Amino acid sequence: MISLELQAIYVMWMRQLKRFVRVRSRLIANLVQPFFFLAFLGLGLRPISLPGLVEGVSYLDFLAPGMVAMSIVFASMFAGVSIIWDRQFGFLKEILVAPVSRLSIVVGRTLGGATVSIIQGLIILAISALLGVRLSPAGLIPGIFFMILAAFFSVGLGIALASRMEDPHGFSLIMNLIMMPAIFLSTAFFPLESMAAWLRILAYANPLTYIVDGIRGCLIGRFSISPLADLAVLLSLCTITMAAGAYLFSRSEV
Amino acid sequence: MAIIEARGLTKVYDGLTAVDHIDLEVEEGEIFGFLGPNGAGKTTTIKMLTTLLRPSEGWARICGYDVVRQPDLVRRSIGVVFQEPALDDQLTGRENLDFHARLYGLSRREREERIEEVLRLVGLRDRADELVKSYSGGMRRRLELARGFVHRPKVLFLDEPTLGLDVQTRRAIWNYIMELNRREGITIFLTTHYLEEADKLSDRVAIIDRGKILAVDSPRNLKDRIGSDVISLTCSEPSRLGRILESASWVRGVKHHGGGLSIYVEIGEEKIPEIIRMAEENGIRISSITLREPSLEDVYLSFTGRSIREEAKPAMRHPRPRGWR
Repeated sequence: MISLELQAIYVMWMRQLKRFVRVRSRLIANLVQPFFFLAFLGLGLRPISLPGLVEGVSYLDFLAPGMVAMSIVFASMFAGVSIIWDRQFGFLKEILVAPVSRLSIVVGRTLGGATVSIIQGLIILAISALLGVRLSPAGLIPGIFFMILAAFFSVGLGIALASRMEDPHGFSLIMNLIMMPAIFLSTAFFPLESMAAWLRILAYANPLTYIVDGIRGCLIGRFSISPLADLAVLLSLCTITMAAGAYLFSRSEV
Repeated sequence: MAIIEARGLTKVYDGLTAVDHIDLEVEEGEIFGFLGPNGAGKTTTIKMLTTLLRPSEGWARICGYDVVRQPDLVRRSIGVVFQEPALDDQLTGRENLDFHARLYGLSRREREERIEEVLRLVGLRDRADELVKSYSGGMRRRLELARGFVHRPKVLFLDEPTLGLDVQTRRAIWNYIMELNRREGITIFLTTHYLEEADKLSDRVAIIDRGKILAVDSPRNLKDRIGSDVISLTCSEPSRLGRILESASWVRGVKHHGGGLSIYVEIGEEKIPEIIRMAEENGIRISSITLREPSLEDVYLSFTGRSIREEAKPAMRHPRPRGWR
């Protein structure tokens, strides 16, 4: 019984990986946006000084962890939401009629989505290093831990949304109307300290802020909030979205 | 004991009864055809029998397991080929089968052997390592059929297995289905709105219309029920001639279709002159008349009062969404 459930988690994970490797166009599409921001915005605004940018941290250094966070959040959301395409193309029925629990399906999908999005985050990180971003080697492992949390949070959110959505077109609407503003308000592009007071309130209410701050804090050694607060908020948000995703998916009909 | 058993199985969607208290008994090793027009409740019935939908009323058992209380045991015993394709086209044919075999807990050795075996049976060994994306519609169907029985289910459900396929591919799929039933002894429950398909494949057929089962029997017996011969004719006043003929003691039934009549009788060759005489006496001109054996179409017509072709519109397919995938 247990081995069958583990097998189900494994095949769901493996499938995501295989698709990730095969559909190169999507990988490129996912990497292009953060890369352009890094190259043009980061290198273009390198000498700028903003309140909150401490001595020795260039704008490029500041921006790079934000772009890592952005690529992970977007890629994971997409991986979670891609259940809609499985429903649309009928593949979901094949999965749901198998003698495995829906929880295993959700877990496998979450691990698969998280894996591919972390790979993308690491690619952006490598590109940043090549562009000359100064990264703290000691922060790499805790940074990756924050990336994993970010991925789980976003896949869970994606699965929860997908279980409630019928139409794949709703997803691009959500990405453009909610996720893009949320990433701009997350301190990925400019420091909390340089925001107007009302924007700062929105930033504090924004889950992505804690993701960006956690990843940046570890990678370049500069937290705007605090590592423990970031961790606490992210752990609770992760639990909420993953539980919601699993619950809503297990109740969805085909 | 019947391998599929249902009593009073019912599904109500928003006040609309899609399946209305149906009873079913399918014996082990049988090919059972579920025949009816689109929207008759065939797919809803399959979804309930395969645990994808909860019945609103009644119960069903597969291999003795209750579909609501023991869904995992039911799922372990069945294979399903859905009406809409359900393959991952970014994976190869073999990978789709492997994915499935793992989900059903086959060991590595079983998987390797069994996947070779089913690929051979549906004639896809040469193309097994290509992405499903490059497969034709017929190849996809064959792959789905192979996938449906790779884990050796006791019962295989096929929902409109040849929908949208050309005639040659349809024949090929029929052969695979019959081969499978013969070689592996799998019980097959298939839905179709093609009369020819139900006739050719099924040991027994249930006719379903508007959520109700109207008749269950072998195709032969169903045809015998309406008489041994059918006389089809076209004439100037079909409804008046129909009324006249209905009063004759030797007429088993009269059905209207298009601009003509189907008359169910015994020893039809002797009745043709009689019919022509009755028409002439009443001043009705017959323009054509033929004698033939009854088909399931006639059976269907006699039970529902409608021709299946008048109702069978092409099924709606989901449009391919644009954008990323």
